This record gives sequence, C-alpha cells and structure tokens, in this order.
Amino acid sequence: MTRRRRRLYILLLCAIGLGSATALTLTAFQDNLVFFRSPSDIAREMPPPGRAFRLGGLVEAGSVERQGTTAEGRPTIRFRVTDGVSAVSVVFAGVVPDLFREGQGVVTLGVMSPDGVFRAREVLARHDETYMPPEVADALKRSGHWNPSQGAAPPAATWNTLEPGRPARSGT
Amino acid sequence: MIPELGHFALILAAMLSIAQSSLPMIGAHRADARLMGSAAPLALAGFLAVATAFGALMWSYASNDTTVANVVANSHSAKPMLFKLTGTWGNHEGSMILWVMVLAACSASVAAFGRRLPSALQARVLAVLGMISLGFLAFIILTSNPFERVWPPPADGQGLNPLLQDIGLAIHPPLLYTGYVGYAVTFAFAVAALIEGRVDAAWGRWVRPWSLAAWSFLTMGIAIGSWWAYYELGWGGYWFWDPVENASLLPWLAGTALLHSAIVVEKREALKIWTVLLALLAFALSLLGTFLVRSGVLNSVHSFASDPARGIFILCLLAIYIVGAFALFAWRAPSMAPAGVFSPMSREGAIVLNNLLLCSICAVVLVGTLYPLFLDLLTDQMISVGPPFFNAAVGPLALPLIMGMAVGPMMAWKRAALWPVLQRLWWAACLALLAFILTLAFAGWHVLSALGFAASFWLLGGAVADIADRSGLGRTRLANVFHRARGLPRSAWGAAIAHAGMGVTILGISGMGLATEKLVSVPPGGSTQFAGYEWRLEGIRDVTGPNFTARRATVTVLQDGRVLRVMEPSKRFFPLGRTTTTEAAIHTNLVRDLYLVLGEERDGEAVLRLHNNPLAPWIWLGAGIMALGGALSLSDRRIRIAAPARHRKEATA
Repeated sequence: MTRRRRRLYILLLCAIGLGSATALTLTAFQDNLVFFRSPSDIAREMPPPGRAFRLGGLVEAGSVERQGTTAEGRPTIRFRVTDGVSAVSVVFAGVVPDLFREGQGVVTLGVMSPDGVFRAREVLARHDETYMPPEVADALKRSGHWNPSQGAAPPAATWNTLEPGRPARSGT
Repeated sequence: MIPELGHFALILAAMLSIAQSSLPMIGAHRADARLMGSAAPLALAGFLAVATAFGALMWSYASNDTTVANVVANSHSAKPMLFKLTGTWGNHEGSMILWVMVLAACSASVAAFGRRLPSALQARVLAVLGMISLGFLAFIILTSNPFERVWPPPADGQGLNPLLQDIGLAIHPPLLYTGYVGYAVTFAFAVAALIEGRVDAAWGRWVRPWSLAAWSFLTMGIAIGSWWAYYELGWGGYWFWDPVENASLLPWLAGTALLHSAIVVEKREALKIWTVLLALLAFALSLLGTFLVRSGVLNSVHSFASDPARGIFILCLLAIYIVGAFALFAWRAPSMAPAGVFSPMSREGAIVLNNLLLCSICAVVLVGTLYPLFLDLLTDQMISVGPPFFNAAVGPLALPLIMGMAVGPMMAWKRAALWPVLQRLWWAACLALLAFILTLAFAGWHVLSALGFAASFWLLGGAVADIADRSGLGRTRLANVFHRARGLPRSAWGAAIAHAGMGVTILGISGMGLATEKLVSVPPGGSTQFAGYEWRLEGIRDVTGPNFTARRATVTVLQDGRVLRVMEPSKRFFPLGRTTTTEAAIHTNLVRDLYLVLGEERDGEAVLRLHNNPLAPWIWLGAGIMALGGALSLSDRRIRIAAPARHRKEATA
C-alpha cells in the first residue's frame, strides 16, 4: 500500500511539474515570441502596431542620417533597411554597433509606428565584417537578390532600391 | 614533420579506441580477466596518443607553421604568444581535439584511479568511453582534420577573431569541456550499470565524485564564459539567453539534478532508475550542446565554421549515442528493482522535488532554445525567443526551487517533519523578508530584484542554519559546537558552501536587476553626471597595439570633486579581418561596477555609454564559491576513495 501511495505521490508531483512547465512555456511563448520580418514582408502586410518584431536586411547605401540627440541626450540615427525589393525607414536612439555601416547586414528589434517608420530599440551587434545574419541572408535570397552559391552578398550599392535624389519608396 | 606526427597519433588513438571499446566489453561479458585487464592500459595509451596530437597542433601554432591549413586560417605571426597557444582551440578542429583530449584524460583517470572498482564495471565503463572517443576521433579525422597541409605556404596566417584574443580563451573552453566531458564518465557508468542490470550504493559512490567534478568544472566554465562576455562584448550584460549559452546551461541543470539524486542512490538505494536516466540525460544534453555549437546550426562567436557535412556527422553521432543509450535504458531499466522506501516528506522527497523542478527548468530552456530552429526547418518562419521568454518561464520554477534549497538539507532521511525544520529557519525567513522590504524601500519598485535579494538571503541564512544545526548550536556548549563543526564531514560543508554560493550568485543577479545606464554625447573636456559621480572626458587619442590600432578615451570619474578613478575605454581596430572590438573600462569596488564604453565619434564629440552595475562581481564570485563547495565535497575522504570514512575519534571537550 505504501509503495503504491508513494508512486502515486511521485506521479502526481511529476504531473504538476510537467503541467506547470508546459503552462509557463505556453504563456511565455504567447507574450514573448519575436517574429522576424523582412522589408518585403512589411510591404506585403503591415504588421500589427505595438507588437515588437525583428526587422532585418541591409543598410541601404546613402540612407544613413545622424540626427542630433534626443531630450535625454541619446544620439539618434535614421537609416533604411532594404532587401533589394522594398525598404523601411528605421529610427534608432542609441549607439549603433561597431560594424554598423552602409551595405552591412543588420537586424533591428522594435515596433512599427503608424507613420510607417520602424522605431528600433535595439540594433543587434555582429562580430565580423563578412558575417551575414542568417535571417538577412534568407530575406535576400527570397527577394531574389542574392544566390549564396555564387559567393558573398553583392555590395549594397549595386542593388539599392534608393536612387539618389528621388523620394524613397516606402514600404507601405 | 610534427603535424604528420600529430595526424599519425590521432589515427593511432582511433585504432586504440576501437580496441578499447570492444576488448574489455567482450572480456566483461565472458568474465575473461585478461581481456578486461586490457582496458586500463588501452585507455592510458589512448590518452598519450591524443595528447601527442594535441601537442603537435599546439607546436604548429606556437611556431606559426603556415604550411598547416588550420594555422593559416586561424593564426598570425603578430599575435602574442599566449594567444598563439590558446588559439590552438580557438577554432573548430582544434576545439574538437581539446574535447577528445579531455575525454581521453577522463578515461585515463578512470583507468588509473579506478583500481578499486569491480573489474567488470571498470572494463565496461572504459569500453563505453572508448566508443564515445572513437566516434569523435572519427569525426575529427574524417571531416575536420586539423593537420591538413597547404602548399605553397602563404606568407602569413589570416589571424584569429579579435574577440577570442583574450585570456578568457585560455580558461573558458578547457573548463567548459572538462565539465561537458565529465558527464561522459557518468554516462558510461550508467550504461555499464544498465548492461550489468545492477545499480547499488557502490555504484552511487562511484558516480557521485564524477558528477561532482564535472559539475564544478561546468559551473566554473559557464561563469568564466559569462564574465568574459561581460567585459569583452561591451554590452554591459552577463547572460543573454543566447542559444549557445543555453546549450551549456542545459547539461548544468541536468547535472545538478544528477548530483543530488546520486546522493540518494548512495545513501538510501532509492531513485536508482531515475539517477541512471539523469546520467544519460546530462551527457545527451552535453552532446546536444556540442552539436548546436559545432555544427553551425547556430550563428555566434562560438561557431567557427559551418560545414553541413560536419553537422550531419555530429547529428549521427548524437543519434547513435543517445538513441542507443535510451534504447538500452528502455530494455533494461524495468528489471532493476527499486529499493529504499521513503515518505514524501523527507530528504529524499526534497531531492525528488529538486530534481523535478530542475528538470522542468531544463525542459523549458530546451524548448525555448530548439523551438526557433524547428519552426525555421518546418515552416520557414523565423522567430526568436529572447530573454523575456526565459525570464518569464524560468523564474516561477526557480522560486520554489530556491525555497526548497534551504529546507531540503535540514530534513532527515526517510521520514521527516517539516515544522521543526521551518522553526530552525525562521530567522533566515525574517532576513529574507527584511531584504525584500529594504530593497523595495530604498531601490524603488523593483519587485523581481527584491525577490532576488530575499532569495539570496534565504539561501545564505539556510546554509548557515544548516551548519549550525549539524554542529548542534543551541543544544550544546559553544566550544563543543566549534569542535563538532570542525568534525563535520567535508561533504556537508561542501553542500552548505555550494548552496551559499548560489545565494551569492543570486545576490549579484538581483543587484544587476537594479543596473542603470546612460548614453551621452560629450565633447573633450565636457562632463556628465551619472550614478552620483561626475564623468569628465579628458580626451581621446590613438594607440598602437601589437596587432591592432585603437582610439582610447581618458575619462576621469570624480566624486564630490575628488578624483576617484581614471578610466580608459577604447575601441580597437584589427586591420587583419577589418574588425573592430570594444574594450570596456570597468572599475569595481565589489559593491558596484562602473562600466564605461566608448561609442562612435562624430562632430568632435564622443558617444559614451555609462553603466552602473550594482553587485555585478558577485555573480561570478558566487559561481566560484559553488565550485569550491563542489571541490570540498570531492575532497571528502569517503567520496574521494569511495570508502566509508575512517572512524573519527569523538570529540571530548
């Protein structure tokens, strides 16, 4: 009888443990999953406002604008992220990573504001110059601008959507 | 010549491991003492062979032998000697050799120190270790040969990733690998026990020191890695819930559970099947970590090269070892009769709860780590699971775990009452409550940090209460108490110290929860106020290092007009590979870290990122204390030589 009882206790404990772990995982997933979107994805379908997601692509050549500082003294930077088909304007208040430059693959985390500008709260740091974030590589492949089997990604200037002097095509 | 010698030694090691994985196993099956006896010499010879290969690779790095492809790809003559040497394992091939060498060293020590083991058990354990080592040697020889030559030799190498040119590379991988691979030994013991169909207290006594050693190394390895990320990456954080970090945390969680359940096997002969399962699981997760990091599935500073062939090879190894072991488990485990009945309210019960919670945390972290990978594979949808998920999912499970951590060790084996234990812990609970209230009162509305401080004081108090209780404080005279405390088994001290270490780490983590940061653009000569100090940028100048150029800022930190510290954060540019790294300047006084990063310069102003990280150093100090507790337990005579302690002379005071 005791052995059976003990087994029952242990099974019950295991069920509670597993159940609570599953419940926690599911609820945490619901609130905290962060989707990745490329500029083309945004052009196709505007993401719901207020929900954070990650936007990635290449920093469009000639699009980086440094714009003074915010009220709290954070330097602001405005640039466009492109996958060769569409581009999205991004505003970020903070220090961009060491390797942030035009033509470089970049992943940003933030929310879309109603005016179609992506407000980034994080621009992800990368470790070396030849490195391409996998999401960005994938976005470029999908937009048909780069076939990885043909070597490294083409320099941003050759496939930019932005032509100097012309208003930028917006993602929406 | 030397690289060929290394290559030859590697192949020799593979041959030896074929013998090591078959002969002793057959010997144990036929009860042939001669075949079983071959295990130990084979393991020692295998270790010598792998060490020779490792030495040959290291020599190639030290002499910057540009005819070796691996050296060309990962080294450069301008690197300081220390980084040439540590660069040996700062790449895929070399790190795999380090892995195999640690494994061979573990085999050799089972062979050398395991003379008291039953010979059949020793033979089987060594045979299983031989199989693991064979798989990884084959992996190295077939897909990642570090001794490949290039002809004609280029003038110089291509250099090492600057982030890896750090003392951290000398310490972090060897410690971490020793931890990972240490679980290979407990795995081998578990497989051997399954083959024999017998798990008893003696088996528990053998598994315990190995799981303790592996755990201590893994703890240190993870902590050093976290500390390295803290000071090198310049992001001001210490743990990012990055998949690679999680890959090391998973075996740690399973290993911690194993560490505790092995005690129950040794003392009470209960939870045997469960402990065997945990031993399999801990190593399976170590292998999974190796797979995730080494296959290039994940992109990070840890994945040096992504070659699909390698990924598939490791995946096959993973499948063979894990599926094989679990199939064996499913086949043999039901035949192992459980023994040692205990009531749910007992030390055993507490350890079951600990195991349950640790495994739940492990499962949550595993799901969070693998889910994005699977979703990407199956649906092409890319998502990321970041810190908010892990914090939200792990926190609620960690809380009861921590609450139980102070109570569990004070419960009696077999049958205990909760109330007397709680009575002895009331002052720790008061301390925790006080910490909670004080944090909220003085640091503002940071409930999580306040909970963390409470947890930390609860654990520290619990550790003290445990030792005080065992040495009979309040029940006997004070002089007697000290005498008894000295006479306590080292494993008791070790457990208390490790639990206190966890408290110290949580103290640091909670402190970091109150960290503040400021981003500011300052002209030279200008200053800014932050964290109660005045920070004055004196100037920025160019500096030249051995293989880099740098911009270095000089910032004076003033407190009430007096100079507290001059900090010099810099940005290094490595022309080789055209990489920039950020070198944060850190000033610590153990109560808080001032952490200063130099950002970009524009319009004659420099962007500075200032962090005030309260109690940050305690995160890693706590891990050190945990590992120290593990080492102290390990030095317990009873565990060390797997024999009951000699009768101690009772204290007569």
